[in-house]
Formats: sequence, C-alpha cells, structure tokens
Amino acid sequence: MSMLAWIMKRDLLLAIRRKSDVLTTLFFFVIMVSLFPLGVGPEPQLLKAMGPGVLWVAALLASMLSLGRLFAADYADGTLEQMLLCPESLALIVLAKAAIHWLASELPLVLMAPLLGLQFGLSGDALWVLTLSLLLGTPVLSLVGAIGASLTLGLRGGGVLVSLLVLPLYIPVLIFGAGAVDASTSGLGAEGHLSILGALLVLALLATPKAVAAALRISLE
Amino acid sequence: MFEATRLECMRGDSRLFSEVGFLLEPGGLLHVRGPNGSGKSSLLRMLCGLILPEAGEIRWNGVNIRHSHDYNRALTYLGHLNGIKEELSGLENLRINCGLAGFDISEETAIDALERIGLDGREHLPVNVLSQGQRRRVMLARLLVARTPLWILDEPLVALDADAIGLMRSLFELHLENGGMLILTTHQELEIAAGVAQEIRFFS
Repeated sequence: MSMLAWIMKRDLLLAIRRKSDVLTTLFFFVIMVSLFPLGVGPEPQLLKAMGPGVLWVAALLASMLSLGRLFAADYADGTLEQMLLCPESLALIVLAKAAIHWLASELPLVLMAPLLGLQFGLSGDALWVLTLSLLLGTPVLSLVGAIGASLTLGLRGGGVLVSLLVLPLYIPVLIFGAGAVDASTSGLGAEGHLSILGALLVLALLATPKAVAAALRISLE
Repeated sequence: MFEATRLECMRGDSRLFSEVGFLLEPGGLLHVRGPNGSGKSSLLRMLCGLILPEAGEIRWNGVNIRHSHDYNRALTYLGHLNGIKEELSGLENLRINCGLAGFDISEETAIDALERIGLDGREHLPVNVLSQGQRRRVMLARLLVARTPLWILDEPLVALDADAIGLMRSLFELHLENGGMLILTTHQELEIAAGVAQEIRFFS
C-alpha cells in the first residue's frame, strides 16, 4: 500500500472511531438551517428567496467548526511530525488529508442539504442546483480552510483566529454557490455560476496544498 | 555517511548553540548529552530537517539533506511525542507508522514485533487504555522492524522499565553491528557497545 493510501486509511479509521465529531458538525448544520424558518415566519416568497443563502452560510460555518480537527490532533500527539519526515511529498499528504476531511465532515452536509432545502419551499430544480453547487464548493472550503488551520497550529485561541482568517476567503465560494441557485430559479441558468465554482475548485486543488505544506513546516519549526 | 558542520541554532533572539559538528560513519554512535533546555532536542530536530539551521550544513552521503531525495527514507526519528493515535490499537498504530515511513509490514510481522517488545495480548487494545510505558513501547516497536540506516532518538528510554531498557540496548547494539548509525539523547546511564562512539556535550 502506498504512503498516501495509509494516511487516508488512518484518517478514515479515526473518523469512524470519533463519530461524535462528524455528527456534531452535521447537527449544527441541521439546527442552524432549521432556525431560520422559525425566526422569520412562514412567508413562502421570503423563505424561497433566502433559502439558498441560508443553506450556504450554514455550510460555511459548519465547515469552519470542523477545521480544528484537520491538523490539531496530529500536531498534539506528534504524528504530524512523522508526516513531515515521510518520504512522500508533503503537499500530496495534505491533499489526501483534506480529501478524507471533506468525505467525513462535508459530504454529509451536502447530502443533507436537499432535505433541508424543502423547508424553504425550493423547487426540485433549485434543490438539484443547490446540491451540485455544494458538491463543487465544499471541497474548496476544506482546502482553503486547511491553510487557516495550518497557520494557527499551536496558537492559543486558534479557533477564533481561523474564522477571521478563513471566512473572508470563503466569500467568492458563497457568492457563486448561492448565486447558482438564484440564477436557476430566476430562469437564467446556473451553468455560469457552476463553471466558476468548478474553476475555483481547480485553482484550490492546484494552489492550496503547497501553501498548507509550507505553513505546516513553519508551525513545526 | 552522515555529517554536520558548524551548525548554529537560534530560538527567538537567543543563540542555543553554535559551531556544532560531527562526522558519523556506518556503525557509529553519537551520544548527545547536556542538562535540560541546553539544546539537545533542537539539535536532533535540526538533524531530521524539522528545524532549519541558522548556519552550517547537514549532509547525508555528501548531499545536503534539504536537497537529498533519499534522506527521509534512510531516517527513523522518534521524538519525545509518541506519534501514536489514542483511538487506534497498538497493531494499527505500528502498521500505519511503518506504512507512513515508506515500508509496509504484514500483520504477522507487526504482532510479532509487539510481542517481542512486551505487549503480547494487548495488540488489539486501543492505545488510550495502555499505560505511559506501554504507549512508549508501541512507538519503539517500530525500531524492531525498521530497516533504515540512521536512527535519531530523543530520550527513547523515558517511562521504560529495566527489562525494556535492556531490550532497547541490545537492539541498539545489533543496529550498530549491522552498520547502522545511531544518534540519541538520554539522561539514563546506558552503556552501548559500539565500534566508534562519539559524544556531544552541551552546557547550560
């Protein structure tokens, strides 16, 4: 088995052993989205208009919540040190870890989103576009978030700092993600927005692993 | 051949050490001694490439370790953090750590190594139910199966009992006999028979 396969296997095993972490993020997402219809009242037009935005913002915040788990535990118990000494390229290790993090923390949100979208009276088409936009956008959140997580390793109060660092970088994903659903309901077609989300994903895949690897080396020095 | 010349280490504004150098041949032992906080661990982390030296150079077979492609494959570093996962069993930890270091071992080899290091019957227990010394043994089990020529060990004997220390000593001697290199720090008195033994002594 290759080194990357070992890392992915390890992180999957850990995610399975710590199910509560995954479930906390998911329930945070569900509760947060469900609070909005209760708060603003049952006006169908209003709910329909704000649904995509609420779902996307909730996904951003839930994804922030899970970022702490990406490297912090590995840093504390010394396994991150061993990863830096691994003969495999650190950027690829980061990519493997981000992939498993997305699978364990973000994919459940994506799968839950259409169900929650029903609360806002979104049409079948809009739900489909919403899921697609989350599917393209959430990996970007994991990758960009990894930069923040790696830069704040070992700092006290790192969690708050991560949100300050990372949330502004999430803005383009939010605009085009929520925009895709709006564009589709208003009949403009979501292809443009989804293409831009795809482009952001490619950019993040190419650029972030190296940045994260550099940040990890600095944090461990 | 492992070589370091005129290494200097800064932590913040203060100079921890400077002008440190040595030449280690196959079969050679380097013992780093000194009081707490004198820079032993920093030197070891620097030799692994985790800290960049302020000045000086570290060479593996004549190539600076920053440009060497095979250095990480030749190195086994065990620091004062155990590098094992609490939620995983000793067996899983050992196999994963070996896999990450670039060599796969079978389940039988891993169980055998854990038995030899005194964890028989506990291979499948999650590490968080083991004692400090047993966790340390899970980490050290890697040395029983590693075939890397250079071992850099930071306080490997902490929390170990007399039996385990004896086992470690014979393991170190076997490694050196087979042409391996060993760099270690320890506060315990440990007589290791080695062809060439060197010492670096730090003062506070």
